[in-house]
Amino acid sequence: MVTIKDLPKEEYLLKGHAACAGCGPSIALRLLFKALGNKVIMVVPACCTTVIQGPYPLTCFAVPLQNMLFEATGATASGIVAALRIKGLEDITVVGWAGDGGTVDIGIQALSGAAERGTNFIYICYDNEAYGNTGLQRSGATPYGAWTTTTPKGKKERKKDMPFIMAAHRIPYVATACPSYPIDLINKLRKAREIKGTKYIHILTPCPTGWRYDTSKTIEIGRLAVQTGVWALYEIENGRFKLNPPSDRLVDKTKRKPVKEYLSMQERFRHLTDADIEKIQKWVDEDWEFYRTLTTLERCI
Amino acid sequence: MKIPKTLKEMPLTPLSLPTIGSMGKTGTWRTFRPIIDYSKCTKCTLCWIYCPDAAITRRDDDSPEIDYEYCKGCGICANECPVKAIAMKREEE
Ligand SMILES: Cc1ncc(C[n+]2csc(CCOP(=O)(O)OP(=O)(O)O)c2C)c(N)n1
Ligand code: SF4
Ligand code: SF4
Ligand code: SF4
Repeated sequence: MVTIKDLPKEEYLLKGHAACAGCGPSIALRLLFKALGNKVIMVVPACCTTVIQGPYPLTCFAVPLQNMLFEATGATASGIVAALRIKGLEDITVVGWAGDGGTVDIGIQALSGAAERGTNFIYICYDNEAYGNTGLQRSGATPYGAWTTTTPKGKKERKKDMPFIMAAHRIPYVATACPSYPIDLINKLRKAREIKGTKYIHILTPCPTGWRYDTSKTIEIGRLAVQTGVWALYEIENGRFKLNPPSDRLVDKTKRKPVKEYLSMQERFRHLTDADIEKIQKWVDEDWEFYRTLTTLERCI
Repeated sequence: MKIPKTLKEMPLTPLSLPTIGSMGKTGTWRTFRPIIDYSKCTKCTLCWIYCPDAAITRRDDDSPEIDYEYCKGCGICANECPVKAIAMKREEE
């Protein structure tokens, strides 16, 4: 079993980058490189990660990285994978790294196309639940009730279930993760690297700027998202659904913390009424009943 | 248009070079300074793995060292340290 001390000391996300203090996606990026090293080529569409790099002609990324148009991550990665195949450079892992807006809304068709073609790459959606780069507009991944600049009274619609949309493409590997559980994330990335075909990993990455909480709480909030069951850690491998620790213990409702503990730590949920919180709790409980059923099936989709 | 065959024939493309401090000395953003009490530290390396800014290095003996030139003072390390060995002190103090 891998432990934190086994992880390499090398940094490929160099210090002095442009992310806000306490940025969750930056922690996930560091973990990405701890897992895969520098034998990667990244494709990044317009998102916070474009800004994090710093101003041209400098960048904090010590790996090859192609910045790309918002909607084109899947297509660009497909081209790079084809070029590497022709050049016989098959030990390099192509990683698409996009925000939730660039994944669940704007990049979904290029990603869906790449998945349908079975493009051999890892696609990662780092989910800060809004369009962060442009000043926090709502996305299809913003959860019900959350304040954003375009939902001043809270979003009225529910979060899109992107991992299951990807699982419906019958790709070999889909997983969810959160940087508060670094070893789980690293194991999933390393497993994904060994599988041929399209691999999709959806990482919940708390964002102090958008979620409105103190910068020191990023890891704590990610942990609460998992402990309350708002975010479940699971894998769907060849269609088979499996909950990972600590989520595997949370099927029993009494083991889950109330969602209120997670919501009340974030200003973006400040205006929620008790009825709203009850509604969110009910939806989370329903999701877990669904997960319970899925764990008994040979194929979940 | 002729398709380029060698690297030399390729058109010039904008390229950024990996640089420590691509955004400058981000330590100047800091309001609170994390200070490690090494007498309490158990060298668990949690602060190292959670720092969003790669501002903590792991020494050979696994003890952490903070680079104040780049640490933005987010306080994650202090919040996550299991033995509360890191204190956040206002910069002026
Ligand atoms: C087609 C197109 N529409 C809009 C933009 C402007 N834009 C750039 S980044 C961005 C937000 C990205 O949000 P997300 O993908 O969630 O990533 P985050 O910034 O939150 O990391 C937008 C709207 C663009 N570059 N291209
Ligand atoms: S807005 Fe959020 S995700 Fe974007 S750089 Fe700032 S903290 Fe990170
Ligand atoms: S305060 Fe934040 S940036 Fe500074 S060392 Fe601690 S975790 Fe890293
Ligand atoms: S988290 Fe605390 S105990 Fe662990 S290495 Fe850092 S300072 Fe030491």
